[in-house]
Amino acid sequence: MSSVLYDTPGPKARVRNWIYTAAFLVVFGLAMWWVLAIMAENHQLDAAKWSPFVTDGEIWTTFLLPGLGETLKAGLIAMVIALPLGALLGIGRLSDHRWVRIPVGAWVEFFRAIPVLMLMLFGSALYVRYSAVSSELRPLYAVVTGLVLYNSAVIAEIVVAGIKSLPRGQTDAAKAIGMRKGQIMQHVLIPQAVTAMLPALVSQLVVILKDTAIGGAVLGLGELLSMNRQISANYSNTIATLVVIALLFILVNFALTNTASWLERRLRKSQKGTGAVVAGDVAEVDAGGAAGVGQAP
Amino acid sequence: MFDFLNSGQYDVLGAFWVTVQLTLYSAVGSLIWGTVLAGMRVSPVPLMRAFGTAYVDIVRNTPLTVIIIGCSLGLNQTLGISLGGGTFKEIGFRLAVLGFIAYTGTFVCEALRSGINTVPVGQAEAARALGLSFFQVLTLIVLPQAFRAVIAPLTNVLIALTKNTTVAAAIGVAEAALLMKEMIENEPQALFAVFGVFALGFVLLTLPTGLLLGWVAKRVAVKR
Repeated sequence: MSSVLYDTPGPKARVRNWIYTAAFLVVFGLAMWWVLAIMAENHQLDAAKWSPFVTDGEIWTTFLLPGLGETLKAGLIAMVIALPLGALLGIGRLSDHRWVRIPVGAWVEFFRAIPVLMLMLFGSALYVRYSAVSSELRPLYAVVTGLVLYNSAVIAEIVVAGIKSLPRGQTDAAKAIGMRKGQIMQHVLIPQAVTAMLPALVSQLVVILKDTAIGGAVLGLGELLSMNRQISANYSNTIATLVVIALLFILVNFALTNTASWLERRLRKSQKGTGAVVAGDVAEVDAGGAAGVGQAP
Repeated sequence: MFDFLNSGQYDVLGAFWVTVQLTLYSAVGSLIWGTVLAGMRVSPVPLMRAFGTAYVDIVRNTPLTVIIIGCSLGLNQTLGISLGGGTFKEIGFRLAVLGFIAYTGTFVCEALRSGINTVPVGQAEAARALGLSFFQVLTLIVLPQAFRAVIAPLTNVLIALTKNTTVAAAIGVAEAALLMKEMIENEPQALFAVFGVFALGFVLLTLPTGLLLGWVAKRVAVKR
């Protein structure tokens, strides 16, 4: 199979590829050996540091699984609140009235420009000063507040991209049969945009789950990452614990990422829809930045 | 209301300067590392492709906070790696930059890979017909055009990186978010003013970047 960059390899190229493979293996092997040597020198490869994760069920039932539960809980609550809010903001940005469009646009741009960590800190301080939320629940409230403020702004952009990705003829046809603006939005654009946005929204869930870890490190939310302190205090195995925690995050997020790209492929192929899709990856990269412009294929 | 800015107790500009430095070093590093990764992902050697794919899939799905905490607790405190830094401040800064490069490189790689796909196959075929090797095709024909095509997505990566540098607060790097945390604790009566100042700082950092590079992207885009 040939690509933009190279042809199907002939005999000479195959030899060359083998040489590159060997060279890469040597470099990679040396790097791995160096890492393992340093870890062995510091007694990080001792069986006692790694075996608790297999032999000691308590490490899972007391720390890891509750931590994962808290991560999922914070992520899902944030998603459930941010979705409708983001949809409203997105529709507001497309409004025909300037007095709606401009303030909503400013709100969305503002909260997308602020780091989510700062929004969490701000949320936490707000609850300390202006509410009676107990100090146990405050980290969860603060993290969800930060995630909602930030991600509703990002979801608003996804919604805008989703609606703009629909062919213009959809709106024209709806106008031609005499539908009003609200009806066009409600019966024609939104239902199609929702399917187009699904991959991007699933990818956004990955971003939200990853960001809950900030709450664990800065605000003391009892999510998965924060369990590293308690586990390594009990078993003094910092690196092993961090590796297992990272693996758990990777497993959950990898499943979500794959769901997103599966949805995307399915939607692009489907004959029923308009074929408009807001790609998940685009949204993820854009989570920090400017408009996520969805493209019809 | 804004007296806390004049009290001389807080170095807001200094904290933002650390944020800018973190961003610049990490941006240059992740551009290099991301290009190397993208080169591996499109190379004719299956093993390198597999490594590139595995690295991107694994690191992209790990929270940045886990990576940064791992750099501090794992690399520094457990394994004693300090990257040549002497003081606590230097070590934290360098480890944070390492973490940002490892994480942001994956996004740079993905952006570049999509840029490589925008180069028409015919160009590479023509280049190969002239007898250019894989590296020559990649560095002389494909990458220059790919870079010009991906300035807009790379800008988004850069803006995301600027905001992500706040995560370095988790390991005590004295950048903007850490100072904001301290100020909110010490000046609770000025909560909105403090938040406003730091929010404005980030808007001032990210807005010009987006506008400037957006203009550059339009100017250098290859018109097809």
